[in-house]
Amino acid sequence: MTPLLQVTHLTRRFGGYTALADVSCDVAAGTIHALIGPNGAGKTTLFNIVSGVLRPTTGTLVYEGRDYTGTRADQVFAMGVARNFQQVRLFKGLSIVENVMIGCHARMGGLVRDLANLALPKPATEIAARRRALEMLELVGMGSRTTGLPQELTLVDQRRLEIARALASTPKLLLLDEPAAGMNPTEVRELAELVRRIVALGITVLLVEHHMRFVMAIADTITVLSAGRIIAQGPPDVIQKDQGVITAYLGPAP
Amino acid sequence: MLGGYWDSVAIFVGINVLMGVSLYIPMAAGLISLGQGGFMAIGAYTSAVLTKEGFSLALALPAGAGLAALAGLIVGAPALRVRGIYLMILTLGFGEIVRVFFLNFEPTGGATGLGGIPPLSQLHWVVLACAVVIFIAWRLRGARLGRAMIAIHEDDVAAEAMGIRLVTVKLFAFAVGAGIAGVAGVFYAHQALYIDANQFDFSRSALTFLYVVLGGPANPLGPVVGAVLVTLLPEFLRVVADWRMTFFGALLVAFAIWRPDGLLPAPRFK
Repeated sequence: MTPLLQVTHLTRRFGGYTALADVSCDVAAGTIHALIGPNGAGKTTLFNIVSGVLRPTTGTLVYEGRDYTGTRADQVFAMGVARNFQQVRLFKGLSIVENVMIGCHARMGGLVRDLANLALPKPATEIAARRRALEMLELVGMGSRTTGLPQELTLVDQRRLEIARALASTPKLLLLDEPAAGMNPTEVRELAELVRRIVALGITVLLVEHHMRFVMAIADTITVLSAGRIIAQGPPDVIQKDQGVITAYLGPAP
Repeated sequence: MLGGYWDSVAIFVGINVLMGVSLYIPMAAGLISLGQGGFMAIGAYTSAVLTKEGFSLALALPAGAGLAALAGLIVGAPALRVRGIYLMILTLGFGEIVRVFFLNFEPTGGATGLGGIPPLSQLHWVVLACAVVIFIAWRLRGARLGRAMIAIHEDDVAAEAMGIRLVTVKLFAFAVGAGIAGVAGVFYAHQALYIDANQFDFSRSALTFLYVVLGGPANPLGPVVGAVLVTLLPEFLRVVADWRMTFFGALLVAFAIWRPDGLLPAPRFK
């Protein structure tokens, strides 16, 4: 079976600095694929490239067998690749539900539909998007927290809200950048539950995370990046014993 | 309706309300324009030339609005590459270009201006136009496009990553705003009956900016309140009339410090 996402020989330079050097990795459909590595390893850069926010210097991106290198972020999103942000980026001028409804934006018709909707008291697309948004809030465990503004939420709920916003578009691939950051052990357990529920819906998850217990518990495959290069790839039990990975994290043995 | 003088005041209030909304819409998407006077001029001159030739206002109005909106698209396209202060400078430049163009364009009177425009701006049409644009601005706030505009305003990187096509939404906001400024220009020309390029100078654009900032840039009714206040205050307060620009300048500074969201705060939408 062809992988859902294929990253091939990806390199990204910022001026003289090489953030990613010849990175290749496949993400199989229906799995939880984790991306780990020390700070500055290039994990977020890889995320930004896969989601179309950044372009690679060289290399190709293939999604469902189709080359989409250089595609704009909104088109990548429309293909079914949704993401959250490591530094939460919610829209402060929109309510909690409206933030999630933004995730439905691309599926709500075009300009002509918009203009016709201005004259209707309760447009059908609007009702459908709101219903979908409320379902997504329920899914991430925020069913009781749907009114108000995003900045009134705790950081943990803001992260959940970002996941709901990404899920509203019914993606096939969900990119989660450090979803467990700032969470206590109970919240991390709940997050693991949520990620499993998301995968059960048929969504593939690619996640960047520093919380090792969380990663080892839920990931099917782990890719380890260090200084822009892949140093190991495989299932959690193999990665845990990999000498190169241990060295990258802890330094060389004395 | 209200009798000569007050009828005329009401029409000018309505024209300024239209100008306020014309800037509110692009500003909702984070696009600050200091060139709304330029779009107003295009609407005014286009319609005046047509009605002087004997065409009806029913034709001159969409023509003026359409040409202004088209100008909005043309200015908007390069404007998408710049943001913040650079966009302000770009639109300011555009407003000046339009002014200088009409100042030198002989077929529309050049520096002498264009007179003999038929008095076709009736209060009820102005009121209707205001009602329509306020309705549109209000409905947009709770609609897909309006949400997308706010999202772009707040964080365009996140907005694009959430599937919003920036170009479409920004150009829409800019062109609709320009079109509404064009409508304001049409009514202005047929109320003033004489227009020249300097009536659409920077101070016109700056006053428009004032309506939105004072009234509340995050509330669809903000520019309406702002425009009504700024237009009527000098009518009722002699002191304000004498010190007009000084007074409004001071007001702008005071608002920037104590009420940055304007008179009307953002409406709480669920």
